[in-house]
Amino acid sequence: MPRDRKWQPDALTPWYKTSVKRSPQAALLSFPSTLSEETSPVFGHGMLGPLDSDLIQNFAQPGESAIGPRIVVHGRVLDETGRGVPGALVEVWQANAGGRYRHKKEGYIAPLDPNFGGCGRVITDETGAYEFRTIQPGPYPWPNGVNDWRPAHIHFSVFGHGFAQRLITQMYFEGDPLIPLCPIVNTLKSEEAIRALTAPLDMHRTSPMDARAYKFDIVLRGRRQSYFENRKEGL
Amino acid sequence: MPQSLEYLKESPSQTAGPYVHIGCTPSFCGIDVYGEDLGKSMKTGPVTGQEITIRGTVFDGTGTPLRDALIEIWQADAAGLYASANETRGQADPNFTGWGRSPGHMETGEFVFETVKPGRVPMPDGRLQAPHISFWIVARGINIGLQTRAYFEDEADANAEDPILTRIEHQVRVPTLLAKKTGEGEYRFDVHLQGPNETIFFDV
Ligand SMILES: [Fe+3]
Repeated sequence: MPRDRKWQPDALTPWYKTSVKRSPQAALLSFPSTLSEETSPVFGHGMLGPLDSDLIQNFAQPGESAIGPRIVVHGRVLDETGRGVPGALVEVWQANAGGRYRHKKEGYIAPLDPNFGGCGRVITDETGAYEFRTIQPGPYPWPNGVNDWRPAHIHFSVFGHGFAQRLITQMYFEGDPLIPLCPIVNTLKSEEAIRALTAPLDMHRTSPMDARAYKFDIVLRGRRQSYFENRKEGL
Repeated sequence: MPQSLEYLKESPSQTAGPYVHIGCTPSFCGIDVYGEDLGKSMKTGPVTGQEITIRGTVFDGTGTPLRDALIEIWQADAAGLYASANETRGQADPNFTGWGRSPGHMETGEFVFETVKPGRVPMPDGRLQAPHISFWIVARGINIGLQTRAYFEDEADANAEDPILTRIEHQVRVPTLLAKKTGEGEYRFDVHLQGPNETIFFDV
């Protein structure tokens, strides 16, 4: 299915300053997808380590864990027809509980957490479902306007069954007062689009005495049926 | 009122931001959680076809290289087959993944892919496309991932009959899609986000 460019953010959003010199100005070249767009590599569950989807532990020293409010993030990867996307690779990255990234270009004064790396990955099951454990990231200031802050968020990279389904987005947390103030959130064109990236608290999936839960479904572009009928299952 | 068409909307894109490498190439950032970064090697053994190297840089509208981009490529093997679960025409080279991911050089932003020259892949109507590599580029300041393709300047005959290249209205811009041959098995494909040499980006 063609990408709905009236729904997706525009390339040029001057209030997010970095976009000004990084946004193509000519019209995009449109054509119907070919095999080059409708195929993609296969990522098997076998490539995952046991802690890949546990950001609380996967960078921590033995016997220790990351500092911060413990959460489970779960949901499904779907396509526009509502079908689950099995075998999708979901990679996430985020700041620590104080809003600091583990990156040498990061300049925020909040401290690093020695037990938190900030990355995780998971592959969806046969229904398209995924789940990972992490700590709730903190909001952080960033150089754009004189006092811009990012709401708490988790970055998602999603790889489905076609290279043209490739998507990077961000998950926000229900109730965060910084959401409507953020220039990057405001590259989204509607309240509906902001809601689509805002995860609700999901009390049904909490781990009692352990972690709260947030539910975040991700929708990839629909696919023409024909190429995918004889896809092998259990990837 | 008719019944509603219950299609979902694609999740809106958001910029990959300045720290995309933490999530997608953590070893490159010194975060050793998974082992080798995904997409670093496209060959898992001896491959068939011509082995090539593609280098390039992504430039912003001021001509400054992007040093925080993530570049992914996807391509057919030398026989024109994809190493994909959706490939129904035959068995692709088992030692070639077809997929590469590069964070670019820390200082220069240059990306490098050690790959093979792809074969020709048909359009849905059966016409053959010229050899090409699909690119996907994300970075801080890019609100939705940019798609483009690299074709090869030394495939003039195939390019001249390619169904997509030939229908580009402004033919003067076609060279922005051509990887330049810089040596035997060596190609350069620079990407310009803006300016007189702005790369043609695809909506596909
Ligand atoms: Fe961020």
